[in-house]
Amino acid sequence: MTQKLIIIGAGMAAGRALEHLFETAPDAYDVTLFNAEPHGTYNRIMLSPVLSGDKTFDEIVTHTAEWYEEQGVTCHFGEKVVKIDRAAQTVTSDNGGVLAYDKLIIATGSNPFIVPLPGHDLDGVIAYRDLEDTNTMIALGDKPDAKAVVIGGGLLGLEAAAGLALRGVDVTVVHIMGHLMERQLDEAAGYLLRKALVDKGITVKCSANSKEILGENGKVKALLLDDGTELPCDLLVMAVGIRPSVALAAEAGLATGRGIHVDDQMVTSDANILSLGECVEHNGDIFGLVAPIYDQAKVIAKTLAGEEAAFVNKDVATKLKVTGCDLFSAGDFAEAQGREDIVYRDPAQGVYKRLVIEDNRIVGAVMYGDTADGNWFFGLIKDKEDISEMRDTLIFGPAFQGGSPLDPMAAVAALPADAEICGCNGVCKGQIEDAIGNGATTLDDIKTTTKASASCGTCTGLVEQVLAATLGNDFVVPAAKSVCGCTDLTHEDVRRLIKSKELKSQPAVWQELGWSTQNGCHVCRPAINYYLLADWPLEYQDDAQSRFVNERNHANIQKDGTYSVVPRMWGGITTPDELRAIANAADKFDVPTVKVTGGQRIDLLGVKKEDLPEIWFDLNQAGLVSGHAYSKGLRTVKTCVGSDHCRFGTQDSTGLGVKLEKHLWGSWTPHKLKLGVSGCPRNCAEATCKDIGVVCVDSGYEISIAGAAGMEVKETEHLCKVTTEEEAIEVISAMTQVYRENAKYLDRIWKWVDKVGLDWIKGQVVENLEARKALVARFEISQTVYRSDPWAEHASKKAETYQPVAKLTLEAAE
Amino acid sequence: MNWIDICSITDIPLRGARIVKTAVGCVAVFRTDDSEVFATSDRCPHKGGPLSEGIVHGKAVTCPLHNWVFSLETGEAQGADEGQIATFATQIEDGRVMLDVTELTPGVAAE
Ligand SMILES: Cc1cc2nc3c(=O)[nH]c(=O)nc-3n(C[C@H](O)[C@H](O)[C@H](O)COP(=O)(O)OP(=O)(O)OC[C@H]3O[C@@H](n4cnc5c(N)ncnc54)[C@H](O)[C@@H]3O)c2cc1C
Ligand code: SF4
Ligand code: SF4
Ligand code: FES
Repeated sequence: MTQKLIIIGAGMAAGRALEHLFETAPDAYDVTLFNAEPHGTYNRIMLSPVLSGDKTFDEIVTHTAEWYEEQGVTCHFGEKVVKIDRAAQTVTSDNGGVLAYDKLIIATGSNPFIVPLPGHDLDGVIAYRDLEDTNTMIALGDKPDAKAVVIGGGLLGLEAAAGLALRGVDVTVVHIMGHLMERQLDEAAGYLLRKALVDKGITVKCSANSKEILGENGKVKALLLDDGTELPCDLLVMAVGIRPSVALAAEAGLATGRGIHVDDQMVTSDANILSLGECVEHNGDIFGLVAPIYDQAKVIAKTLAGEEAAFVNKDVATKLKVTGCDLFSAGDFAEAQGREDIVYRDPAQGVYKRLVIEDNRIVGAVMYGDTADGNWFFGLIKDKEDISEMRDTLIFGPAFQGGSPLDPMAAVAALPADAEICGCNGVCKGQIEDAIGNGATTLDDIKTTTKASASCGTCTGLVEQVLAATLGNDFVVPAAKSVCGCTDLTHEDVRRLIKSKELKSQPAVWQELGWSTQNGCHVCRPAINYYLLADWPLEYQDDAQSRFVNERNHANIQKDGTYSVVPRMWGGITTPDELRAIANAADKFDVPTVKVTGGQRIDLLGVKKEDLPEIWFDLNQAGLVSGHAYSKGLRTVKTCVGSDHCRFGTQDSTGLGVKLEKHLWGSWTPHKLKLGVSGCPRNCAEATCKDIGVVCVDSGYEISIAGAAGMEVKETEHLCKVTTEEEAIEVISAMTQVYRENAKYLDRIWKWVDKVGLDWIKGQVVENLEARKALVARFEISQTVYRSDPWAEHASKKAETYQPVAKLTLEAAE
Repeated sequence: MNWIDICSITDIPLRGARIVKTAVGCVAVFRTDDSEVFATSDRCPHKGGPLSEGIVHGKAVTCPLHNWVFSLETGEAQGADEGQIATFATQIEDGRVMLDVTELTPGVAAE
């Protein structure tokens, strides 16, 4: 007698399983099929082409109701099973029908995960899972000026966003992580993908936390982020992940974990109930791609036909594509011992490739911009081919036959003719090429004919590379020291290119300038971070993880791992209240050493990291702020008492010092910046060995720069004399800014002046009043961001991060 | 293996680290660019620098005190320096970071 088989869910898994069953044992079962969706089986993977308009729904249907009926299947489409009674061996559907089974297959797939934000149940909040969702999105495209927000920058979210954009919808993608598709792509590929999406008119917000979905009359109106940004939308698509649909099985008392537990034969904890697809858990694995699910379909058909079969979860590599983006990602990037990367970048072509190698096999590949070799790598991954023989040339793909080696000057060669090379004299690449065309063959020729590199000289390297790129072998580039092993470019080149190519993020620098490592090293990261924040104060977000420990923790680490805390004393002036607060803090936090520093303030040495936020909070209460004693930035302005108290004093040196410190504090500079202001040439504040020094005289203020009092000792050089305090502050701001914008990271002013010459600096901040004003204006813009107390911010917002994430000592004791 | 739920992956800054205090010293838990997580001893074998405070690049960290570089995967010092730090197994489950504490809780036998 034929047995009764009921299947719950007519998705991709069920469709494939039935196909196999009818091949293996056509008449063994009398099949009844329930599906919550009101139609037969379709290829869910192809919903994106339907969304983008490349395909119609009919084209992606794999098993129609008619097909099932021809096979003798009784279909209940649009009917959901709400209960399984294992004792009676029946299922109950949502229209009340009860049906008996001998064997039951659960193929309920998964449910999209909906983040339970306030407002998630508003009308217009959907997932991206089925035809209905797709149709809702398509309908939105017909509305004029429609706006949509997609939460989730993974594959599904980006497919939804790309499809919506093609339908003319104004789309914003909100992604919680720092870059798109962080599970499949590294930061560099994520950066390129983002660029491509932005070019398509999609707005992308990374590191963005959703706070609330706002509605009006029960319908979605906008998404509110936790930084207060409101993104208006008519439709909100949540694509943040899926969860196996196990509720029905769990209620029936079947063994479930993340999914419904099945054995190798796809049988659940009840011998009469089988399961497959995204709803199952097999040996701890759950499934989100069709390849293993199709293997399960074969096994389940055999099990039902009474044949031997066992499901093995093969390590399948998977490929993905985002509509309209030249992107390829395959295999596995997960952590494991002994994995290595091979990275290749061709900034000129916007190409990025990365291979992950383990035991001489490729286990993962990411490609962007040029994915032609993707399938070849995919084959190597699948076949677990030994690549040790071709390792050196592997990344160039199968066609590589001793081809041209990587050109370190690709970045320069690719610059357009109107790219500015020499900022001081406004010379662009085309002019230099013309000069070469007219017979220039050396750097000096270029200097005399175009003036390029004749001023501050930071573009020398670039000019040489233009010469080299144009003249080929006739020009030998003098060896220059590159930033570090990650690049062949010098600091000066990198600074110039960041400006001329408007590179505004670290991944942009790594990609466009052809870094050879995935994300730099401890040498280049702090430098690039500094250059970016100095050049793009409003656009670039300072990256704490690219800073040395002292600047990240806003305190100086000591050799025993404790920290020193130095509050600011403006111009060396303090009050009894401040001193009491410092004394109280020293008592409260058991500070072992309290020392007066050379910069006229007080150092609390030996504070534990965990205590930092609290001690800062206490000091803040007394009005004390960070002294930045740890930063490559403004440290101190040392003063003498000046005309207020000293009989020799010519001007209010203390007052000027306080004003300068209040003006400059918080600013980041290539290296430390220390100032001194003395009230007369007796120079009690030692102003003439500072980075910038002021010596007051009867007729005004003598400003000098480039002193040193470290391993090197050097007297300052005279910059100019001004008559008013205001002008002194203006010249010093401009001086600070010209240093910030041009010097190499970790060059003190004296070292940098040695390279560019005092005359060039005088030209910028003394002689050319327009340039000075512009420098001051740019300094002010930057200070709107950085003139604030990091201690207050960390104590109130980041105190958590100063504590261990967990204390296992306590758990162990319990 | 004896897995303990330490924190959410987002508690650790990208290309950064946090520490876990244990009976046998601090463990640094790193998160790389690809949001992979590695756990190692927090103590640099050179002069005891806190590795969790170092700059994380690729799958390596640079000690904040004198710039020794360690592989997070093998715990081996890179380049000319010689040294080794202990590494501990981790895994990520539903966005939670799990640490294998078999070697970290000598007092408690794994049940
Ligand atoms: C847009 C999109 C793109 C994708 N792209 C890819 C890709 O490129 N490559 C890849 O390998 N995979 C991709 N996938 C994943 C792939 O589609 C799934 O892995 C596959 O569809 C899972 O098959 P399934 O039968 O287990 O679940 P489903 O196909 O989801 O089928 C389950 C069915 O069961 C029904 N059901 C649930 N509960 C009940 C109930 N109680 N009663 C009755 N019926 C019920 C549901 O309505 C559903 O129709 C993509 C998925 C989506 C949404
Ligand atoms: S520098 Fe001149 S004004 Fe200042 S304390 Fe010394 S002597 Fe007095
Ligand atoms: S002088 Fe040398 S020992 Fe003294 S604080 Fe400065 S760096 Fe340390
Ligand atoms: S303590 Fe780590 S390098 Fe010296």
